[in-house]
Amino acid sequence: MKLEIKEKFIEKTLLLIAFSSILILALIASFIFGEGLPFIWKIGAIDFLFGERWVPSHGEFGILPMIVGSFLVTFGALLLGIPLGLACAVFLCEWTPPQAAMVLRPAIQLLAAIPSVIYGFWGLVVLVPLVRNYLGGPGLSIFSGSVILGFMILPTIISISEDSLRALPPSYKAGGLALGATHWQTIWRVLVPAAKSGIVASVILGMGRAIGETMAMIMILGNAVKMPSSFLDSARTLTTNIGIEMGYASGDHRQALFATGVILFFIIMILNSSAIVLSRRRGS
Amino acid sequence: MTKILKLKQSLSNPPPAYRQAGNPPFLKGGEGGFLEFGIWRLGFLLFLLCVSITVGCQRSKAGITVAGSTSVEPFAELLAEEYMIHHPHSHIYVQGGGSTAGIEAVRSHAADIGMSSRSLMGGEKRLYAVIIAKDAIAITVHPKNLVQGLPLVKVRDVFSGKIRNWKELGGHDHPIILVTREEGSGTREAFQKLVMGEEEISLEALVQDSNGAIRQVVSSDPNTIGYISLGLVNEKVKALEVSGVEPSIKNIESGRYHLVRPFLFVLNAEPTGESKAFIDFVMSPKAQKLLSKEGLVSILSKSSGG
Repeated sequence: MKLEIKEKFIEKTLLLIAFSSILILALIASFIFGEGLPFIWKIGAIDFLFGERWVPSHGEFGILPMIVGSFLVTFGALLLGIPLGLACAVFLCEWTPPQAAMVLRPAIQLLAAIPSVIYGFWGLVVLVPLVRNYLGGPGLSIFSGSVILGFMILPTIISISEDSLRALPPSYKAGGLALGATHWQTIWRVLVPAAKSGIVASVILGMGRAIGETMAMIMILGNAVKMPSSFLDSARTLTTNIGIEMGYASGDHRQALFATGVILFFIIMILNSSAIVLSRRRGS
Repeated sequence: MTKILKLKQSLSNPPPAYRQAGNPPFLKGGEGGFLEFGIWRLGFLLFLLCVSITVGCQRSKAGITVAGSTSVEPFAELLAEEYMIHHPHSHIYVQGGGSTAGIEAVRSHAADIGMSSRSLMGGEKRLYAVIIAKDAIAITVHPKNLVQGLPLVKVRDVFSGKIRNWKELGGHDHPIILVTREEGSGTREAFQKLVMGEEEISLEALVQDSNGAIRQVVSSDPNTIGYISLGLVNEKVKALEVSGVEPSIKNIESGRYHLVRPFLFVLNAEPTGESKAFIDFVMSPKAQKLLSKEGLVSILSKSSGG
């Protein structure tokens, strides 16, 4: 009897701990929404979302440049990250000799373990001067940010794509080869399309990571608040807007940053739930 | 606390009846006994850990906390170190976070003294503020830039985006890249007031969130122009003459260089006890001398009134 009580006690404690993480999420969400939503209501959602000027000292709070900035940087990162990541996943699955994979896979995981501030620092010291000297502009630009972010999302894209390629039944590959297709044809026409939903999910998760990245982007993007007109322009993302201004913000300005967080929250929620839906479809 | 203590004790020493009755014979002693003992002991250790952390926190509360502007922070740290050498039993904790965060911390009693690099606004004016020193803002460019100085009006035109090429100022034919601090920063606010007046800093300007970051960007790109605290100007950037006046301690003290702002210590009420002792130390000639050695303008110098 006593043992049962103890078991129950441990079980309930673990349950409590498990639920506390959800509780913390709920607390964070309610706090962000509690601070941000009244502000959006006060300013007007249209003015907030589609305003092109962000001048908190004059009471102008338009975050359209940041939304555009976030999506441009993310788009650039995907442009680099998808081909590289997918190629790497296919290579790891299909061609890599086991010994090479033993080196490659940990190396890719290591890429995910590098702190983002290191990526940012490297970008600032190495990449930004190169961009400034060879492409023009201030160097602190969407282009530089995209390149760095492209590398940062590689581990996500590679590992999830590789998993979904490996999850395919061996008969797919065997069937393709038996029908006389070459190895490459089998990969490109059979395996990749069959693993499509998993690959798309990996891209969406990579996108989520890209939109959420803050530290490296503060260091590389230049953070200007105007609407960017080219990839060599400086830009500001939703996350860096919060990161760069929170230290000194007060009153309406502070609430505006929480409201920026609300928008970010929605974007990430949409991305993550679509990734979950897609990977479920793969499972069934 | 005592309530928790009792609870924990009762948990770690379960009543004897409970101990004897419940244990199935096959788990008595041996591995089961050890497991059981281990869990209670773990709980107790956790409890001890909690207690030691709480005690540790309580001890750390002896002393005062100074929080706020990242521009004032390095100087406050210096002063705190010096103060603690003379008062080995007290401890001054210096934290950054920004002027506004520091003022908020004072209002909510999270900090004893707030550091601000901007003047107080609105409701903040009710707080007790002491000017501990003055700081000059230097307009900085890359050392290779041909421009040596600008009239104040030109600086304004550059930062408002009216002058867009270095050629117009006697430099190379290249677009000017502006670097500014983020909205809400004390340095930006002072720059806005002292240089820009009613004009707005161009939205095309790159934004960096610290003096150091601006210095880094300006030192690595020959076409940039920014502004930082004079105390932080080093050989990697060049401070421009403004309206023909070089930003030097001499010119600031004589009142010829105008881009000067106050560094404030902010309190809820007139300082008492430890806070008073620290502020008295900061205002002493010795500490003020230390500050002027670091590039700030002592409040004891003659012309600091304006």
